[in-house]
Amino acid sequence: MSDIILETKGLTKHYGGVHALEDADFILKRGEHVAIMGDNGAGKSTFVRQITGVEQRTRGEVIFDGEPVSFAGPLDAREAGIETVFQTLALADDLNVPDNLFLGREKTKWNWLGPFRLLDYKSMREDTMAGLVKTGVKIPNIKNTIANMSGGQRQCVAIARTATFASKLTIMDEPTAALGVQETAQVENIIRTLKEQGESLILVSHNMRQVFDLVDRIIVFRRGRMVANLNKEDTNGEDVVAYITGAKTGAEYEGAA
Amino acid sequence: MSDGSEGTGGLTFDKSKRSWPNELNVLGALILIIIIFEVLGAIFMQQSLLFDTRDRFDSIFNEARLRIIIIQVAIIGIIALGVTQVIITAGIDLSSGSVVGATAMIAMSFAQVAEVNGAMNPKAIFGPSFLDLPVVIPIIVGLTVGTLAGAINGLLVAYARIPPFIATLGMMLFARGVAQWWSLGNPVSFPTESYAKIGAGMMPVIIFLSLAVLFHFIMNYTVYGKHTYAIGSNEAAARMSGINVPRHLMLVYMIAGGLAGLAAVILTSKNLTAQSGMGLSYELEAIAMAVIGGVSLFGGRGSIIGTVIGALIIGVITSGFTFLRLGAFYQEMVLGCIIVGAVALDQWQQQRAASRS
Repeated sequence: MSDIILETKGLTKHYGGVHALEDADFILKRGEHVAIMGDNGAGKSTFVRQITGVEQRTRGEVIFDGEPVSFAGPLDAREAGIETVFQTLALADDLNVPDNLFLGREKTKWNWLGPFRLLDYKSMREDTMAGLVKTGVKIPNIKNTIANMSGGQRQCVAIARTATFASKLTIMDEPTAALGVQETAQVENIIRTLKEQGESLILVSHNMRQVFDLVDRIIVFRRGRMVANLNKEDTNGEDVVAYITGAKTGAEYEGAA
Repeated sequence: MSDGSEGTGGLTFDKSKRSWPNELNVLGALILIIIIFEVLGAIFMQQSLLFDTRDRFDSIFNEARLRIIIIQVAIIGIIALGVTQVIITAGIDLSSGSVVGATAMIAMSFAQVAEVNGAMNPKAIFGPSFLDLPVVIPIIVGLTVGTLAGAINGLLVAYARIPPFIATLGMMLFARGVAQWWSLGNPVSFPTESYAKIGAGMMPVIIFLSLAVLFHFIMNYTVYGKHTYAIGSNEAAARMSGINVPRHLMLVYMIAGGLAGLAAVILTSKNLTAQSGMGLSYELEAIAMAVIGGVSLFGGRGSIIGTVIGALIIGVITSGFTFLRLGAFYQEMVLGCIIVGAVALDQWQQQRAASRS
């Protein structure tokens, strides 16, 4: 088994005449945490959407876990082992924590009953507790509905969902953009826990401090192209800002932008 | 999680946010309404609404009145069980009353006797080979017609993406038209003896309560129920989680239609005749039962138990006004106020919940 979990070769996305993403070559190693940075419209989210199958790429290759893949939709990607924490939370407000974690993939008994098959509440509750322990999320009453939770707790539930299902790759798109200071700290703690457990992660973020705190490597996008691939140790905030704004371009990407 | 602190990173969990089951509020409302009627009864009628005030020791309650209260809401209550599920998906079903009308006419046509007083049944719709059929045939026909109407609603809502209000409004008019066209406005009468037993005596109540127990179980312990709540709560999330939302909605509307069809069978059996105007405004009463019972029109919240209590509230009010010898118009005014009050309360609770989080 190769130690590369995700690789893209020449990944390109055009929206009509708009070249949102151009020739992105990207490699993510198993257990590695990589941040994707860049200005608004630089191509970060476009890049993520091509990988998770939300959109279909114009050309290029995506190799996930050693296999070339072409996901028809986000569900395919999830079944292959890519869990995405969306900017807008995909949680049902009136359901509780285990219900949300297992939404669409409930554990059931008596499956011959078809749509009326019974829910295995006990087993789902146990797996939920295990998932919460694994991510270090503390939610005292998992039977509480999401509507009664704070924004931070909701984001934690969304992240715990990825941990419960032993995904191979987690992608988080601005997970803390809408959160307060304390809640952001809690989400960051969970990301650290995922790192300790060797989960691979792509983190899209605008937050420089957060990125330097959490990841191993920083990829910078500018105007649809990758312009830098920096090890955290070899760079600093000013350097990254220079790449984001276009003052500098990585040696291997000369002529790209 | 033994350290007592709730959450990491300074996040705290407010125990007061734990939700109080909404059904208890509805039950409280039912008890309050009963108390009001008891007080009014004691003052103006020198009688009790529900309790036995005669000099006997063999019963506490006035059983005859209890029976009337539940029997008059049982048939619409069956419809309300389906309507509840539709509303929980954030939809609405305006067609159930007309579906009752159309199904009543069609099902009854398969339940007629051959001979009335020694002569050929004067109301027979079909030829002799369709008379004196076994009772299962009209039952199956009724359930099929209702389910079919629900399936068309489901197709329009789930696959053609027509708003539920419009789709079921169309079905409401269409089904009423079918009911009138079926026998050109003539009633369909003289059912077989076995068909007449379906809705006789307390049968509607027994069927209503059995179905309520069944659907309470289904909504709380099966994948169907969970997905119904999920779709009403956040349809986008349900879709992203891999739930086949159109197929599920289709099933929900089919169940609602099937229950309306069953209600038509029971109603025609009870009345021994089918008329094209049957079930008029039943859809609104069924929606009222659900809404009074705490089912949110915004979807995602509500329960079968709530709807059953909502049905009882309507039954108690109807009986209570008769008991106080007040006209039916007062009763409708009060019901109107209660429905608006229930929705206002739901809105207020939701706003309060939103401002707390």
